[in-house]
Amino acid sequence: MPVSGQYTPGQRHVPTQRLDIPFRKQVFDNGLEVVVHEDHACPIVAVNVWYHVGSKDEVPGRTGFAHLFEHLMFEGSAHHDTGYFEPLQQAGGTLNGSTNTDRTNYWEVVPSNALDLALWMESDRMGYLLPALTEQKFVNQRDVVLNERRQNYENRPYGMASLAMTETLFPSTHPYHWSTIGAPDDLRAATVDDVRAFFRRYYHPANASLVIAGDVDSDAAFEAARAYFGGIPAGDPPDIVAPPPRHAAAARWVIEDRVELARLYLGWLTPAMFADGDAELDVLADALASGKASRLYRALVYDQRVATEVAAYQNSRELGSYFQVVATAVPGVSLATLEAAVRREIARVVGEDLDADEIERALAMTESSFVGRLQSVGGFGGTSDQLNSYNVFLGDPEYFSRDLERYRQATTVRIRKAAAAFLQEPHSVTLSVVPGGQTALAADDSTPMVVA
Amino acid sequence: MTAVDRGRLPVPGAEPAFVFPTATRSRLENGLGIWTVRRDQLPLVSVVVLLPAGAACDPVDEAGLAAITADMLDEGSGDRSAIQMQEALARIGTDLDTEVGSDAVGLSMVLLERFLPGGLQLLADMVCRPRLADADVARVRDLRMNRLRQLRDSPPVTAEAVFAGLLYGTHAYGHLPIGTSASLERIGTSAIASFHDRAYRPSRTTIIAVGAVEHAAFERMVGDTFGAWTCSPPGGSGETGAAQSPMPAADRARLLIVDRPGAAQTELRIGHVAVPRKTPDFHALVLLNAALGGHFMSRINLNLRERKGYTYGARSAFDFRRQAGPFSVQTSVQTGATADSVREVLGELEAIRGPRPVTEDELVLSKSTLTKGYPRSFETTGQVARGLAQLALYDLSDDTFATFGPRVRALSAADVTAAGRAHLDPARIAVVAVGDRARIEDDVRSLGIGDPEIVANVL
Repeated sequence: MPVSGQYTPGQRHVPTQRLDIPFRKQVFDNGLEVVVHEDHACPIVAVNVWYHVGSKDEVPGRTGFAHLFEHLMFEGSAHHDTGYFEPLQQAGGTLNGSTNTDRTNYWEVVPSNALDLALWMESDRMGYLLPALTEQKFVNQRDVVLNERRQNYENRPYGMASLAMTETLFPSTHPYHWSTIGAPDDLRAATVDDVRAFFRRYYHPANASLVIAGDVDSDAAFEAARAYFGGIPAGDPPDIVAPPPRHAAAARWVIEDRVELARLYLGWLTPAMFADGDAELDVLADALASGKASRLYRALVYDQRVATEVAAYQNSRELGSYFQVVATAVPGVSLATLEAAVRREIARVVGEDLDADEIERALAMTESSFVGRLQSVGGFGGTSDQLNSYNVFLGDPEYFSRDLERYRQATTVRIRKAAAAFLQEPHSVTLSVVPGGQTALAADDSTPMVVA
Repeated sequence: MTAVDRGRLPVPGAEPAFVFPTATRSRLENGLGIWTVRRDQLPLVSVVVLLPAGAACDPVDEAGLAAITADMLDEGSGDRSAIQMQEALARIGTDLDTEVGSDAVGLSMVLLERFLPGGLQLLADMVCRPRLADADVARVRDLRMNRLRQLRDSPPVTAEAVFAGLLYGTHAYGHLPIGTSASLERIGTSAIASFHDRAYRPSRTTIIAVGAVEHAAFERMVGDTFGAWTCSPPGGSGETGAAQSPMPAADRARLLIVDRPGAAQTELRIGHVAVPRKTPDFHALVLLNAALGGHFMSRINLNLRERKGYTYGARSAFDFRRQAGPFSVQTSVQTGATADSVREVLGELEAIRGPRPVTEDELVLSKSTLTKGYPRSFETTGQVARGLAQLALYDLSDDTFATFGPRVRALSAADVTAAGRAHLDPARIAVVAVGDRARIEDDVRSLGIGDPEIVANVL
């Protein structure tokens, strides 16, 4: 039962629940951190492994490698070299993995009778991937990743904009400068030897965290985890990538794309995930653009009718975040008009406090989402994934219970302070994405940009 | 520490028992159905209002009417303006999720327990008393027109729209719920108000709650908020639109190209009209599809992604609806591999009907995938509520979930082959390719599906 404490019906402003996820944690001799959470509501169990490696750990010339490597983790290991999916699906499980700038995660959700199978499979690829690696597998998966890039970026409207934004916001020396999907030439240049070196450096117990959550007995889960993972040799913890100094140069770019409607992207560098200002900017993003009663939606879509949609978010990352506003123009409206309208609203939140009612609404949404996130033990964003996130980034799975508090502390004064400190115009990147041949729709003074 | 045997995979023990949710049901005097399942783990309730007023109710020349009507529900009610409605929703920490399908509209909310009465009041206001102000209709219609312009750039949506038209023509399933710019142009406030009057009726509506609430308490809350909802004239089926028009029958295979010069990939839809949800072959077709293209290890994905390397992924699906829904294979492939991808898919459709029937291994894997993981679909309150909505929408019995596993497990390879022969038909296959015509047209001619027809984007 993941929620404890009392709550008083009818109370509006200050929710009284304390949310927590009961868990136990052990660190094995080889450095592997193991967290177990029991939840017996459904007869399923989630296995979730994070490796603290992402595209931030790549080097220029080999971008996209962390994600390409993730694909190879599904192609078999020494003691089961016929593909990763079949035995787990046969047992009624589901599984996936993903890579971002900061970490790579892998998960299975299986019926509770198949926990051993999932642990066997995860531990085999953590301990014994390389003997099963072949040139053929490598070439196949490189092609799959190039297809993924075509489908999700090159052939998707506005698909290249996110790549252009990080490339512009972060200088070429910053590990967030390049995209997680990588540059096609870099992917083609990668070799099997790169795979071996990457595995030895990053894929070992001392750089990993395992969460088992669901219909299990904690003691039995630790015992099984120790049996499967305890014997995998420890590796050297990799160097931590240091965040480079903040980059405050403004830039104004335009991209022509196969789109019908012009779209404006504004970005600012902001404090890292969990740092002071991170939660405040999250709440501010909600007040600006979450729901139709938000400031930007109301101003741009309801009142001025210059935009068809608008979004704002604090993109929280380990080495430094960025705040982004994205607005799509109504046909015939230039992005210069849109930019002026967005900047007016940003200037307002820098200059004056939000209303109490706006904060109350944002906090109600935040609380709902925190409780809602506890509904699934597995998968992306499920309880096991969250425990791993807090464990890997903060060394403390317990932080879940305090995280909502971080948002409740985001007062109007602190929010305005964060906006004033980080959302100033001279420090922003402005990207216009316009239909081919219509650069006249771009924001003023934009320079054409070609994205690889 | 126990030694691990790396020589073989652990064999799972006995399957854990699971009791599938069963709804407690009742009805208000005005006919509104109330279904609940209690779940107390979290102080949360998922609410779904199911209205059988989906895109299949659109009049032939007013495609998009059901969808825009649903979209107008949270744009104010009674004296409450659109903005006031949105503020009220945000204050209780929720937003309205509106899903418009061919057969129904589903309105969903996830609410913290303490906000349930407030959420129901807002839902009742939206469903029974939408404001439908001219200015709001004009704004929402403009937004949908602009959305359509954007969707024209999306290869998957373009392919879906052209494919629906190719399969169903003017039948109710022949257009996407959003409609087209031409049809939206024709829809004004009076059409929306009249559609709302005739299609939204308490006797045709089911409200479902799953979570931290007792049935009796929920029924009282629904009575307080929806109890006064009546319509004039009362009764009547409320069925409207093109739902009654005849289902077209394809007599030959066809291949359509939507030109997208310079496209990095070709978006493909390959399929035909299949069967309704109530087909007695439902379980056999679900099993057939699992082996054919329903999961990562299925034939079509292994062929196109793993063996050929043409795509990031490929899947097939029967879209089971109240009337015969489509079967389709969906993928996005490298431009140069367009013709060969279609050839491989047609080969797989032909093969599974007899020449290369499902093997024992495939049968075991597909049955396991479908049945052993089934309880996972009932983990969250939202999943349970959506599952119940399916029962309500298709008039399925209470034991539908509990009998799913046993019925799938009872099927033989011969049953699957027979279902394939009965319901897959490569001879009347419809193919839609959204891609670079200059680079694919000659190649696809070699497929023997006749001359490719070049068509405009219908959106």
